[in-house]
Amino acid sequence: MKKGNTIFFKNKPRITSFAAICGSKEKEGIIGEYADITLEDDMYEESTFEKAECKMLTNAISLAIEKGSLKEKDIDVLVSGDLLNQIISASFAARDYNFPFLGVYSACSTMSESIMLSAMMVDAGYVKRAVAATGSHFASAERQYRFPLEQGTTRPPQSQWTVTGAGSCVIQSATEGIKISSATMGRVCDFGVTDVNNMGAAMAPAAADTIMQHFKDTGRDPDEYDMVLTGDLGVLGSRIVKDLCWEKGYDISDIHVDCGEIVYKVIENEFQGGSGAGCSAVVLNSYVLSKMRAGLYKRVLFAATGALLSTISSGQGESIPCISHVVELEI
Amino acid sequence: MTGKTKDNYNKNYLNYVKTQDPPTQHLKNCAAAFGVGGLICCIGQFIRFMLEYAGLTGDELAGTTSVILIFIGCLLTGLGLYDRIGRHAGAGSIVPITGFANSVASPAIEFKTEGWIYGMAAKMFTVAGPIIVFGVFSGALVGIIYYFI
Repeated sequence: MKKGNTIFFKNKPRITSFAAICGSKEKEGIIGEYADITLEDDMYEESTFEKAECKMLTNAISLAIEKGSLKEKDIDVLVSGDLLNQIISASFAARDYNFPFLGVYSACSTMSESIMLSAMMVDAGYVKRAVAATGSHFASAERQYRFPLEQGTTRPPQSQWTVTGAGSCVIQSATEGIKISSATMGRVCDFGVTDVNNMGAAMAPAAADTIMQHFKDTGRDPDEYDMVLTGDLGVLGSRIVKDLCWEKGYDISDIHVDCGEIVYKVIENEFQGGSGAGCSAVVLNSYVLSKMRAGLYKRVLFAATGALLSTISSGQGESIPCISHVVELEI
Repeated sequence: MTGKTKDNYNKNYLNYVKTQDPPTQHLKNCAAAFGVGGLICCIGQFIRFMLEYAGLTGDELAGTTSVILIFIGCLLTGLGLYDRIGRHAGAGSIVPITGFANSVASPAIEFKTEGWIYGMAAKMFTVAGPIIVFGVFSGALVGIIYYFI
């Protein structure tokens, strides 16, 4: 059933198993003890950073399948994407498997989009089990979007640090696990921010728009949720999203948590916090889902946010269109 | 959007973002740039004195000093130290010749994975290219002006 932009799943597909891999810098933070594999070396015993990113994603997918006591043949489809051009990490990871692959791109909100699409297919009964996965790597993202790693530049105070990590989860109709009860599809919002270093400010309106749309469609109040988890808005973006929601009469200040804000141990070193597709994927698939499984959070609104820009568009002076998809998770 | 046009709204939002933005710490950056940049120049001057002491003069002296500084810049880049210095140095490590060496060496290291010709060699000047183009251009321009006056 659909109301507004929100899809209500009648069979409530569930996340039955999940896995996360994170890099050495992320290990020191809050997710360190919840992640399944933490890398000692960000190269992950590969020759290039792109290969390392792909390997992280592959291992996260395999691990999620394994943790659910499933085999490769049990999986019907993989929905995945990443930040690199032509989503090479996801496609290259998919070539190791026999099941079909659907590539999606939604920048840093790929996790929520892939969960949503997987849930739709499972709920409709077209597939039995789907895997949603995504990941990112600091070094590969940095060289695609910014400067070479070894270049000695000073980073602006609005900048964020791309998370090295990958997360994946298996979605199926089951009796155990974390329910996906509804999902709100996001609209592309562009408020005219052109500064590529200020992603938080660019993405906050998109996050606020979809979160408020979700509240409107479900008719619920923010206090009926234990947590509103945004993807990678950072410190500045989090402040803006709270302001924007508050302006429209939705007070989420007490329940709002941002993955980018909590992912690093010393946030001051990274200015605004973490970013990237891996940011929300790692935090959700380690810390948040573990806590939900333990019953600490009953209802979580997962709103990963993505900036849909490329180096070409920003080079041509275009502003940054952003998107956010919301998935409602319940136990 | 409370009756405002989209353009207006965006302007309001951008103004609002500006009030929330963490300020760039100009004073701190300038002090760091002064310190680090000054230190690099002092090291350069020290090398120059030593070379002068060894008996070099004129163009030879200037050239050798530059080559040594460029070598140090590349070495520190290769060892992964230059970016760490650069992160805290304001622009102090970018402006001297060592910064130029860094901006050539860093993409060369980075794009080595795409092969020696299309990767390392072709991408080597992605950062330094504009500096060379406009450097040569403005040099030629000043030369022409100088010729006529």
